[in-house]
Amino acid sequence: MSLNRPLSPHLSIHKKVLTATFSIFHRFTGICLSLGSVLLAIWIILIALGPTYYSKFQALSSLIVFKVFLFLWTLTIFYHLYNGIRYLFWSYGKMMELNMVYKSGYVVIILSILSTILTWISI
Amino acid sequence: MVEFTLPANSKVQKGITYAVKEILEKPKKVIIYRWNPDDQDNPRLDSYEIDLSKCGPMVLDALMKIKNEIDSSLTFRRSCREGVCGSCAMNIDGVNTLACLKPIEEVNGEIRIYPLPHMPVVKDLVPDLSKAYEQLASIKPWLQRSKENFNDTVSIVEEKKQTPKDREKLDGQWECVLCFCCTTSCPSYWWNSEEYLGPAVLMQAARWVNDSRDSERKNRLKAVNDKMKLYRCHSIMNCTRSCPKGLNPAKAIADLKKAIVTEL
Repeated sequence: MSLNRPLSPHLSIHKKVLTATFSIFHRFTGICLSLGSVLLAIWIILIALGPTYYSKFQALSSLIVFKVFLFLWTLTIFYHLYNGIRYLFWSYGKMMELNMVYKSGYVVIILSILSTILTWISI
Repeated sequence: MVEFTLPANSKVQKGITYAVKEILEKPKKVIIYRWNPDDQDNPRLDSYEIDLSKCGPMVLDALMKIKNEIDSSLTFRRSCREGVCGSCAMNIDGVNTLACLKPIEEVNGEIRIYPLPHMPVVKDLVPDLSKAYEQLASIKPWLQRSKENFNDTVSIVEEKKQTPKDREKLDGQWECVLCFCCTTSCPSYWWNSEEYLGPAVLMQAARWVNDSRDSERKNRLKAVNDKMKLYRCHSIMNCTRSCPKGLNPAKAIADLKKAIVTEL
């Protein structure tokens, strides 16, 4: 006899808790960085190919959309970096109490935003 | 396997809204996941209206009020009504918890109640936990004391003593009531429940690993040292977030991983 039991709802009904949100963003930013590294390689290739090719990149990079994209990418780098450090602490079993998990999460967000802004001011 | 959507037979449909017969002093809407194995229909969401002025303070009280006064077919597990049996674990207001420990007051607006997420449903709010129990049995949750691994001067009939300091190492782990709120809040368990043991079972593994009276510490660590059984834990921390007893399964798992690296 097939019981035909339904699967209880999961992703759609579970609250979007911060703990899981931080985790999924770590993965998402990781993927973005992997894709970004390909773009970085293309950029270097364009420099190597000489001024005619590089000028094409310059035309693209002067676009505001490109700047926004690059800004978000900077944010991605810092988030992944700081959250990665958070994970290192956890690997040692440190700072895993729930209130510390939340506090360190907020610190990651603040540090990422500050670092991104500082980077863009200094260039 | 990661599958974000529900299978066809599990899609939740609109259900019955029970009409209010009298004027309620403090009305509260309760929306509950229903599925009856006796008919062939999909699960549905039924909606009830209760009077909080004539109801106990916890969500379990509301459920019992509904079962007693509005719909006797409503099915859920409960026993101790004080958070020591772990029976009434369910998803309330989006978070897994024990209905008996969740104050109605903490829920803004309507109370939405589902069974524990990503589990086969037996009926209404009753999930099938056989797989999780099987996984628990697999870590041998009992005291093992073999002559080969233990300098056993204590005879088999004698009491196995433990210093207060060694006993302290089990605090935060023995209190687990195996309600599986943590395990079923873990996205990693949702996608890998066939092989990943999940936070509740891994914390029990840690509980026996840390027991000074147990002789099989190394073997226990070896048994969980597996890329699926243990390392599907990615420190998402939902387990610790949802534990109704305030325990920390994520930390127990991190300590297991650390012990494997340093001791094996």
